Amino acid sequence: MRNRFEFRHVLLILIVACIVSLINWTHSARAAGGAPRYFAITNARIVTGSGAPINNGTVVVAKGLIQAVGESVAIPPEAWVIDGKGLTVYPGLIDAGTDLGLPKEEPAESAPAGRGRRRAAPSGEIAKGPEDRPGTSPWRVAADEFKTDDKRIETWRNAGFTTALTMPDGGIFPGQASVVDLAGDRRGDYIVKAVATLPISFTPVGNFWAFPDSLMGSIAYIRQVFDDSNWYAQAEPIYEANETKFERLPYDRTEQVIGRELRDKEIVLLPANNSVQILRALRLADEWKINAVIYGGQHGYEVADAIAAKKVPVLVNLKWPERAKDADPEGEETLRELRFRDRAPSTPAALSKSGVKFAFYSGGLSGPKDIFKNARKAIAAGLAPDAALRAFTSDSAEILGVSGRMGSIAPGKIANLVVTDGEIFDEKTKVKHVFVDGRWFEIHEEPPAEKAGDHKTDEPPGAPAKDMVGGEGVGR
Amino acid sequence: MKRALLLATVAFAALAPFSVCAQDSNTQKDNAILIKNATILTITHGNIEHGSILIRDGKIAAVGTDLKVPDGATVIDANGQYVMPGIIDCHSHIAIDGGVNEGSVSVSSMANIADVLDPEDMSIYDDLAGGVTAANILHGSANAIGGQTVVIKLRWGKPASQLPFEGALPGIKFALGENPKRSNFSPPPGVEPRYPATRLGVEETIREALIEARQYKKEWDDYNQKKAAGNQNLIPPRRDEKLEPLVEVLEGKRYVHSHCYRADEILMLIRVANEFGFKIRTFQHVLEGYKIADEIAASGAGGSTFSDWWGYKMEAYDAIPYNAALMTDRGVIVSINSDDAEEARHLNQEAAKSMKYGGLSANDALKLVTLNPAIQLGIDNRVGSIDVGKDADLAIFNHDPLSVYAVVQKTLIDGRVYFDRQRDIDARPALEKEKQDLLAKEKKAAEEKKAEGKTEGKPEKKPVAKKKQPPTSPSNAGNVAGGGL
Repeated sequence: MRNRFEFRHVLLILIVACIVSLINWTHSARAAGGAPRYFAITNARIVTGSGAPINNGTVVVAKGLIQAVGESVAIPPEAWVIDGKGLTVYPGLIDAGTDLGLPKEEPAESAPAGRGRRRAAPSGEIAKGPEDRPGTSPWRVAADEFKTDDKRIETWRNAGFTTALTMPDGGIFPGQASVVDLAGDRRGDYIVKAVATLPISFTPVGNFWAFPDSLMGSIAYIRQVFDDSNWYAQAEPIYEANETKFERLPYDRTEQVIGRELRDKEIVLLPANNSVQILRALRLADEWKINAVIYGGQHGYEVADAIAAKKVPVLVNLKWPERAKDADPEGEETLRELRFRDRAPSTPAALSKSGVKFAFYSGGLSGPKDIFKNARKAIAAGLAPDAALRAFTSDSAEILGVSGRMGSIAPGKIANLVVTDGEIFDEKTKVKHVFVDGRWFEIHEEPPAEKAGDHKTDEPPGAPAKDMVGGEGVGR
Repeated sequence: MKRALLLATVAFAALAPFSVCAQDSNTQKDNAILIKNATILTITHGNIEHGSILIRDGKIAAVGTDLKVPDGATVIDANGQYVMPGIIDCHSHIAIDGGVNEGSVSVSSMANIADVLDPEDMSIYDDLAGGVTAANILHGSANAIGGQTVVIKLRWGKPASQLPFEGALPGIKFALGENPKRSNFSPPPGVEPRYPATRLGVEETIREALIEARQYKKEWDDYNQKKAAGNQNLIPPRRDEKLEPLVEVLEGKRYVHSHCYRADEILMLIRVANEFGFKIRTFQHVLEGYKIADEIAASGAGGSTFSDWWGYKMEAYDAIPYNAALMTDRGVIVSINSDDAEEARHLNQEAAKSMKYGGLSANDALKLVTLNPAIQLGIDNRVGSIDVGKDADLAIFNHDPLSVYAVVQKTLIDGRVYFDRQRDIDARPALEKEKQDLLAKEKKAAEEKKAEGKTEGKPEKKPVAKKKQPPTSPSNAGNVAGGGL
């Protein structure tokens, strides 16, 4: 008996040991192959974005969220600790207007040779009026089409961008733009807010033979769609309560989607870059009673007060106007055009002064290097650097309706962080770490991809390279 | 010569909107202005030699020969010059952003010019330099029923919202003949030609749209009636942006300006309008108007025509330069319009041609571009002549405006100087300098960028990152707590 008991006892111990070791094994396996979920960045300067910067503090990240931030906060025992000495922690940057992760539209069929526009047949269905819903697919959602293998996602993330508004393209109502974080294992991990904003384009889609073929036609069309959608939102409940009394309502996906959007006061993005367009957009936003945000906004320096009076936020396109590369060298340019190119970067300062809420977006810039360069131009033109940071973080989050979850370093916010070795807008600053949803990316510079045989300069080996003059990071 | 001067103006006068206003502080609305020593062409009560016009609060306060200069008034000495009412262009396509035609459909009444006014169109300034102060901005003529139109004042430098002529009834463009039936356009392969393709079809299109509008109005009237009777749970009719302006036409709340050429189609539209109980406000172009002037006069419609512009298509062959005078003789209210940004700069001369062709008096000729278009647009209580109480919309010429040597010196709207030839000339050197400075600045920046690009010739260091694996030896291992790691 006793032996048997002992045997059973031993067996039990063995089983328990096995289980414990198994647990241990799985734990260590996760640790070895998966990602840690607790971090503490210590001894760092922390620009929280929701109060004064902390000169020497700690940020604790737990399971994708910020758990604690402050001068002396408890570090959980399971946390990875990153020594932040000499580093600065910022909220992750937001690019408030991109097409990251969205496949490019198929290029339109080229127009047949001959007399150009007038001879070209419109591609697709030929709309005969608003009822044909030209260029309209508001039910498309960027999040559903988001491709995680877009190489630019990594480029943006490595520069400190943790979040982007990604906008579908093509048509007057191309579809819903989504707020996405720039890391994840699968598509679903990236999406922060699938239905975030409804971008509209005023560009006619008609091509002479199809509606609409003019700016006024596009505006009239959008007005009719809003009328119809409001009508549907009003008519639907009445019909549903009285199904035997009325003819059934015709099925129209556009009315259903936009009717819901208007009812819920979702954000509608109106494109407007020059002052005429901006003032027009403000007027239309009033008329249509929509929760409007302007995107473009580069002539804002002329009409900042008018924008402020309407309390309409602006997404400012950082792709400042430039002389076209293929411009006619003899071509006469108007003073107005020259003034615009000169003054556009002063728009953010003007908006800031007038109290307009604004955010930055890359607007087709080729990469983060140009984004920072152009943000620096705005700072050089009078924008306070902390206001510039807000335009990439808290103000951006607020405009996009995600400020409850991101935009600053505060407990409960998504752990989107960028850790740098200097002031974020400084030309020489390098990004050291990026956290996206608590996922840690350590950034280091790759040595120049240069093979010995590739060396094309005439410099003898060992001579100091000319191109090093000026130091690292020139012209970021 | 005048043309050359104007072109020079075009080239140099890049006076941007929003900066012009600042220069106008001397002519603010509430300041009194006295124009003195001028020959005043009042249009309604003859010409006044060595006369003065007093302007207060943007209105004409007094006109006469013995006006005193009020304290603090700005004085414009117009010695040897002529003051006439600001020219009104009854057919213009300036200041339109993003296309003049919504040409894809035969009824485009949902399109509205007021949505797309472009206050920065240089043509506004150019037309001011021709003495024009107000214009009827029309949709194109691609459709039997075109877009909604708007009368503007050429307030250069003001935002779009301040261009429309306050209180002027809105209009709508109709069009007959070759343009709406698309005679001169053929669709690309695979695209059906647009209906209508005949003049009969144009009539049918207009009639059908008006019938639709009548039914639409009835639907709403029925709905509102039921609702007022306390009927609950009603589904309202849909709003229709295409039909609402046509309901306004039927109710007489919106003017119809119809593009037309041939006599037969003009008579057709008069019949259609009668049938539906409204009046055509103006026939535009109306090149065969002289053939049916009595019928047009009886219908109450005005005629807005060209002085001597024809033959550019089949339906424009039967025109004569006597048209304006002949229609005037038969009692039609006639105006001469531009339909063209360049032509609008010398409407005074276009009017003068009707003295040669048809023998109109000087005053009647000037009426063609002042009081008559004002009547046609329903704004004659405000503009069109120099009378006390009317808006101080004035053009000051160096010669009799009916002379080919006449050049505009100043153009005023609401008592404010919006164009001043001398001011324009004086401003050119500074503007030219600013332009050259900006170009030089840009050039310098481009060169610096190029130089910078050279020093950056090295392969760029690309930041890379991998999703961080747990380091085998954390840099500060001492601080790392937690079992199993």
